[in-house]
Amino acid sequence: MDEFSKETLVYERPNTLTDFTTHYCPGCTHGIAHRLTAEVLEEMNARERAVGVASVGCSVFAYNYFNFDFVQAPHGRAPAMATGVKRLLPDRIVFTYQGDGDLASIGMSEIVAAAARGENITVVFINNTNYGMTGGQMAPTTLPGQVTTSSPHGRDVETAGFPIRVSEMLSTLDGATYVVRRSLHDPKNIRMAKKALRIAFTVQERGLGFSMVELLSTCPTNWGMTPMESLHWVETKMIPYYPVGDYKVAPVVAEIKV
Amino acid sequence: MTKQLLKGNVAIAEAAVRYGLQAYFGYPITPQTELLEYLSKRMPELGRVFVQAESELGAVNMVYGAACTGARVMSSSSSPGVSLMLEGLSYIAGTELPAVFVDVMRGGPGLGNIAPSQQDYNQIVHGGGHGDYYPIVLAPANIQEAIDYIGLAFTLAEKYRSLAILLIDGCLGQMMEPAELPEMQPVRTVYPAWAARGAAGREPIIHTSIYLNPLDQEKTNLRILSRWREVQAKEIRFRGYYLDDAKYAIIAFGTAGRVALSAVRAARNAGIKVGMFRPITLAPFPAQAIRELSERLEGILVVEMNSGQMLEDVLANTHNRAAVEFYGRPGGNIPLADDILTEIKRIAQGKSTLNGHPRDRWVDRMLAANPGA
Ligand SMILES: Cc1ncc(C[n+]2csc(CCOP(=O)(O)OP(=O)(O)O)c2C)c(N)n1
Ligand code: SF4
Repeated sequence: MDEFSKETLVYERPNTLTDFTTHYCPGCTHGIAHRLTAEVLEEMNARERAVGVASVGCSVFAYNYFNFDFVQAPHGRAPAMATGVKRLLPDRIVFTYQGDGDLASIGMSEIVAAAARGENITVVFINNTNYGMTGGQMAPTTLPGQVTTSSPHGRDVETAGFPIRVSEMLSTLDGATYVVRRSLHDPKNIRMAKKALRIAFTVQERGLGFSMVELLSTCPTNWGMTPMESLHWVETKMIPYYPVGDYKVAPVVAEIKV
Repeated sequence: MTKQLLKGNVAIAEAAVRYGLQAYFGYPITPQTELLEYLSKRMPELGRVFVQAESELGAVNMVYGAACTGARVMSSSSSPGVSLMLEGLSYIAGTELPAVFVDVMRGGPGLGNIAPSQQDYNQIVHGGGHGDYYPIVLAPANIQEAIDYIGLAFTLAEKYRSLAILLIDGCLGQMMEPAELPEMQPVRTVYPAWAARGAAGREPIIHTSIYLNPLDQEKTNLRILSRWREVQAKEIRFRGYYLDDAKYAIIAFGTAGRVALSAVRAARNAGIKVGMFRPITLAPFPAQAIRELSERLEGILVVEMNSGQMLEDVLANTHNRAAVEFYGRPGGNIPLADDILTEIKRIAQGKSTLNGHPRDRWVDRMLAANPGA
């Protein structure tokens, strides 16, 4: 039985994930982002030297799912907390996992300052165009015209302003080494996202400075869509506003082969 | 070691270094800035961590992250900056981590001014941030005590996995006087079992302050409270002066206590049997000692550089057994010894009362003396 199962096993949990069942809604791509992060850390043999920083949002319990040391930051402050951890433990792999309300609204100061300092941490940034955990309110990333529970007639740019393209903005900072946007809406893009995470964590492992991977992610529950519809919405509505691409790739990153 | 002439902020910074400080995170604000400036040079020199944060929010959360690793860490600020740190203080307390802060208080509310004050007493001693938590608060009255108590702050914070805050005013931060620094002690190389430093050969360690199940949160609240009761039982510190034969006493802390002591000595020279009681731990508050004083004294004068914040804690323990009067100078003013002496004389002449609230009587006197206010 054991022999048999060993031979046919083609997919298992990385050692960097616990066997907890996540609390994410069906079709939510937070789970994919977790899995990719965990796979990359396993491949880099990082379970014993990784320290994650969870943020406030649907991923607040990320520490239950990752199988290594984790700390949990106040809303928006994960990059500052990660700075504290990393400066004391420079040879550990330290990363934050943050939503768009957390990172781009209440935590804008902390993320900009960490990137500007060239803080040697990695940021996994989940852009799902709303505040998932609190029930789908407007976020800085909400698209013009997008209906949310706090923009019931659609985001009116006259009064609520325009979405923030975080990757583009952070790419202007000299302190940032690697800043890219990827999407989680289909297998090809998921593979590209994993490769980007691998590069980002390698940037950190080599001490090259600040790295961030923005992941376009679904929130079927608050978007009021089926999982399939929400994947399609990412492709047809989000990507035109938030193009997948490399926004800052410092020349040293070219040496990284993954 | 011999005594040297030291500025308060610098003395605290160097003492922290010698007590094994591993990381400092801060943001400039007067009258605390010399502490940050000094450490910006000193910490890197020793290969230790210094970061000038983007704000006090950044600084307190860097401390939070660093504290998770089991390192000896601190930050410092002054009143408006401390207001911003309260979110982080609540989280650190809720996560049951040790961390040390210095608040060099200035006049307020709002932007106020940069003059010495004790206006953060309530904010620091009674929590300030959200939720039930209990920081240890130490109030030195001179630079030697500031040096000694920053060391004590680390010891107590780590012993009780608690916040420890050195509460001083701009006067103590800025002035110079002779004091002796401790010997250089080695930095920590062995870390507590709870330190999150990578899960090598063990299960993950998680530091969080979230307990979604209210019953779990309540257990945490009770655990924090029982630890606090141990602090209350073991760590109360205060100093008494001329109390043995006293009929009256001043209760004051920090710089106010120091000025009041001059007034007490002058009153003694004038034959008035007055003593002084100076809390060193504002939290845990020396409640029992004040209760006992109130049982044998005729009158108590509370002196503060605010509008009567510690006054309420004194009143809660005197229970109208002794008449309590108040003299305060809010807004960044230091009381003059002569003015305190006048208050002592008023009390010695039997002009104190158990009726009404001492703050009301004081405000009336202040307004009468400042008709424009
Ligand atoms: C200081 C503070 N303000 C507000 C909240 C309430 N809150 C919890 S989660 C959240 C939004 C999270 O949204 P996002 O970062 O986009 O993550 P998602 O849930 O979409 O994954 C808010 C506003 C809080 N916890 N703390
Ligand atoms: S609310 Fe949205 S972001 Fe949160 S778990 Fe559900 S689908 Fe995912």
